[in-house]
Amino acid sequence: MPKQLLIIIPCYNEQASLPLLLPELSTLHLPGYTITTLVVNDCSIDDTVTVAHQHNAKVLDLPINLGIGGAVQSGLLYAAQYNFDLAVQMDGDGQHPPKELIKLLVCNEATGANLVIGSRFIEKEGFQSSFTRRLGISYFHWLNRLFTGLHIFDSTSGFRLFDKKAIELAAAYYPDEYPEPESLVYFSKAGLSIRETPVIMANRQGGQSSIRNFASLYYCIKVTIAMVFSAIRKPL
Amino acid sequence: MARIQIITIITSLLFLLYISRLIIKGKLREEYAIVWCVCTVILLIFSFWRSGLEVMSNLFGVFEAPNLVFTACIFAILVYLLHLSVVASKLHKQNKQMAQDIALLKEKVYGNAK
Repeated sequence: MPKQLLIIIPCYNEQASLPLLLPELSTLHLPGYTITTLVVNDCSIDDTVTVAHQHNAKVLDLPINLGIGGAVQSGLLYAAQYNFDLAVQMDGDGQHPPKELIKLLVCNEATGANLVIGSRFIEKEGFQSSFTRRLGISYFHWLNRLFTGLHIFDSTSGFRLFDKKAIELAAAYYPDEYPEPESLVYFSKAGLSIRETPVIMANRQGGQSSIRNFASLYYCIKVTIAMVFSAIRKPL
Repeated sequence: MARIQIITIITSLLFLLYISRLIIKGKLREEYAIVWCVCTVILLIFSFWRSGLEVMSNLFGVFEAPNLVFTACIFAILVYLLHLSVVASKLHKQNKQMAQDIALLKEKVYGNAK
């Protein structure tokens, strides 16, 4: 029986980049997998929903803006509700090329990891982002090693594969804001195995990052606090 | 009875009346009203009992009686603010769960029909 794979695309005002991403996804043929594409519209003010419907994607239309974590969790709740075997989180802005998805699946098949992270940094190929951003990312690498003992190089990567166990855990709890580094602590405390696999990311085709200059200090502080308390908190 | 006592007593009573009105009209939930009622009652007690402040200051070892008032008030305000933050966090969480449920239901009911 083919495995049910859900591709979760959290979107905030992505009407420009979805028409490029969705057709590319629908041409993707992965033997052994049945693919369902789910666009999670985080209360966009443009025509994200219409565009997604035009391309025959399933749509979760959030009535209020929940932020990236809440949107991703909505997708994972959908995956849990309809019994998907695997879920992939992928940005709507074209940063994560659909064909790179195969690398995550291969890593999951080979290692049986519960969570597979697509990483920009293991092999330095493709879009590498700015200096300050890389500085922040190496800080999170260090924090993650401190709390989880794992070497996760790209802990802020939003290109991730969840297996059934990870879907279940994330449906129960997932941080709202800047969820990526914190959720790693949560998952590793719950005993999931986390793997990282190199992928090539593109520069974004439209829209802007959820983390911009003014917010980056807040980002660092918020994520640090969240990680400290996730590490202390009892696993569910 | 000194003039200031009459003024504070009347003000406190008016405040208590206003809180009751808010509760009756359903604009203030009882659990949040408790703290306001208690505060007003404390104000009333000290309005009647003029030497009370001096007595309490001596009890706590505070030399200047007004300092006790400020310290106690600021502490009470901080605790109440923290309580409000907890309430806001709870509402935030519930709000999120509801939004997600609505989105899932919308997808189930309308699907791609829209």
